[in-house]
Amino acid sequence: MTAFLQELAKTYGYQANHLLAILRAVQARYHHIPEPAIEALADLLHLPRSQIIGVIEFYSFFHLQPQGQYELLISDSITDQMLGKQALISYLAERLQVSIGTVRADGLVSLANTSCTGLCDQGPAGLVNGLPLTQLNCAKVDVMVLLINAQTPLPEWPSELFAISDNIQKTDVLLNQTITRGAALQATFARGIAATLTEIDRAGLRGRGGAGFKTAMKWRFCSEESETTRYVVCNADEGEPGTFKDRVLLNRYADQVFEGMTVCAAIIGAHQGFLYLRGEYLFLYDPLQTVLQHRREAGLLGNNILGQGIDFDIEICLGAGAYICGEESALIESLEGKMGIPRNRPPYPVTQGYLGKPTVVNNVETFLAAAAVAVQGGDWFASIGTGPSKGSKILSICGDCARPGIYEYPFGTTVQTILDGCGADDVLGVQIGGPSGTFISPQEFDRKLAFEDLATGGSFIIFNTSRNILDIANNFTHFFAHESCGFCTPCRVGTSLLKKQLDKIVDGHGSAGDVVALESLCQLVKNYSHCGLGQTAANPILTTLARYPELYQAQLKKISYEPGFDLDAALATARRMADRHDAAAHLAQIGEDYE
Amino acid sequence: MNKTITIDGKAIPFSEGQTIMQAATAADVYIPHLCHHPEFTPHGSCKLCTVKVNGRNCSACTFPAAEGQEVLNNTQELNSDRKTITQMLFVEGNHFCPSCEKTGNCQLQAVAYHLNMLDDHFPLFYAHRAMDASHPEVLIDHNRCIFCTLCVRASREHDGKDVFAISGRGINKHLIVNSASGQLKDSALDSGDKAAHICPTGAILIKHTGYQVPIGQRVYDHHQINEVSLASEHPHGE
Repeated sequence: MTAFLQELAKTYGYQANHLLAILRAVQARYHHIPEPAIEALADLLHLPRSQIIGVIEFYSFFHLQPQGQYELLISDSITDQMLGKQALISYLAERLQVSIGTVRADGLVSLANTSCTGLCDQGPAGLVNGLPLTQLNCAKVDVMVLLINAQTPLPEWPSELFAISDNIQKTDVLLNQTITRGAALQATFARGIAATLTEIDRAGLRGRGGAGFKTAMKWRFCSEESETTRYVVCNADEGEPGTFKDRVLLNRYADQVFEGMTVCAAIIGAHQGFLYLRGEYLFLYDPLQTVLQHRREAGLLGNNILGQGIDFDIEICLGAGAYICGEESALIESLEGKMGIPRNRPPYPVTQGYLGKPTVVNNVETFLAAAAVAVQGGDWFASIGTGPSKGSKILSICGDCARPGIYEYPFGTTVQTILDGCGADDVLGVQIGGPSGTFISPQEFDRKLAFEDLATGGSFIIFNTSRNILDIANNFTHFFAHESCGFCTPCRVGTSLLKKQLDKIVDGHGSAGDVVALESLCQLVKNYSHCGLGQTAANPILTTLARYPELYQAQLKKISYEPGFDLDAALATARRMADRHDAAAHLAQIGEDYE
Repeated sequence: MNKTITIDGKAIPFSEGQTIMQAATAADVYIPHLCHHPEFTPHGSCKLCTVKVNGRNCSACTFPAAEGQEVLNNTQELNSDRKTITQMLFVEGNHFCPSCEKTGNCQLQAVAYHLNMLDDHFPLFYAHRAMDASHPEVLIDHNRCIFCTLCVRASREHDGKDVFAISGRGINKHLIVNSASGQLKDSALDSGDKAAHICPTGAILIKHTGYQVPIGQRVYDHHQINEVSLASEHPHGE
């Protein structure tokens, strides 16, 4: 082990920044991070061992205790559940003779749940030693069980187990005509770097991760910093359940994404870029390295790009299972080899980001769009979409529809148009923007895809009328409790309390005050949390409670005694004065039965 | 230093680079806090010091003061929510004040008094947490840790030792000790270290000193935390 670790540390230049990459290699080889490895790495990287343990215990894909030689993880996203995940994992556990969340006694295999793996259009999905398994069913499980018990190495497993489809269902302006390699850089140099930033400004391009900050403004702020060492970071930590468009963009259009990053580097004056790729997308790592190598060979990366005297290169850094790293400052912490805990702001990353230097962090799709704008100019892009939301949005559509996959629509498109396009009928509601977004009901299907109406990072999950809204809210609430980084009190404790409180109601143990208590807890978590995770963690409850209060009320336990007076009737005057006609303004406390 | 912000309508001077907390403390305005300590890098995690700055919630301990800010601090809404956050800290760990040696000197308890917290409100988590009594001079009772990281920061920034760290994620967060065995006795901690004395609760206690001051004669038995805090943390107050 000593020789392996020394070699590993040497490969990464003994840099503590590369701790995640180093731990990934140790975990892959030993299926945990053994204690002697922690001691050795503390020495080699000059880090306190407690910091290394902190990182190991923060990320879901690192373990202090040995996992199976075959580490099986099954995606617990709502969409995987809708495709039969629960029955599948039970079958898997039974066939493998291992309980969920444990390692089999012989140490050969471990089985556990994991957060959304970004394969929602081809689930139930999972990971074996980090590699994705798609469209799992009992027949495939039978095959896997034989392979595992025979200790067949993964490269010898049938490739159909790992087959991934891009499922590009509808293209529009961006995906209809992708650029040829180098075209955006040539256009940028021909037009001039400053003029290209003006074009991006004119395009009205806003961040595609969901928050919608103006891209040109972010790049300009960064370029105006007095500190001249600057960085470009592409956020490919696509962890929002129901989102998988970045996976497809990186599989199919990586060249254009890297080109967008290089245009950004030319504009802000960066020499180093990073693609932060979520750990679940390990399978993209080698193909992306190949794309980078081709770009270096073509003079589009490295020293003196296209003979213009600009030096820039891109490194790919893999995550290790932490949704919070999609938050830009947590992502930067993770890039620095630390726990993914969001920073206090200000300072913002454009001022003090990676290693304290000015850093632009943008979504995969933003860089893709920026490259297109660099080629075609800003007016072309600005002619599409709505006033505040220019261009198109690439959506990951999954759930109850005939054709799940990737769809590109101009901003301003209505939800109904999108539903018609993917073959969704009998729709109960749509979760837009993932669990952190909004649940909308059929009355709102004329609402538009736009920053000013329904903003989304790309997740679009459809539920038909056979689905249970409380189950959906519950799945999302559990997700946030699992993914809270734990830094601040309102989110760390609050998301766990939300989980308990919602479980209580869903399980039929809630009584009259419990929905009110739930709502006030939601408001506290939303208003006091440190970052976007906590601030949106209550959205699944709040957005469904606002639309379906009667569903929550119906879960409440019927109180078993006849009170002395009718409280609900006594509230009639108050309701009239407050102009409240919704179910939450009623107190149904008279029970029919007694337990 | 003629720049000012207002806190609850009162003009408060500040100098460039000060946080709202620093400006407030210097002007004898108390903002409830637990993870903040004027000697160490602000952390901004407990969220008790949340104030409304021009209508937006910000952590006073990390947010820079800037000309023209209208800050709300001592309002019914903020104090009510601070009480709820304190209740969260209570139910997350195992805080049984009557049996804790720190009672009367505990900042968590004192903040709870100050905010008029009369019950836990939320269901208790009953977390399983261990004790580390291995060190001859210093005891860790993890039941009472609130993850303020003051011991982590004191050890790193003052003692130059890195004895403590916070590990884990979410509700599974826990305090760990930097030693091969994971035990305090094998760490570099000395009972004279700042890190051994900084804990705002009873999670880190000095042994052999218990109950030397009887319950009833302790700091917060007689003083509100706002007075104690301002007297000890005021830049000119010592």
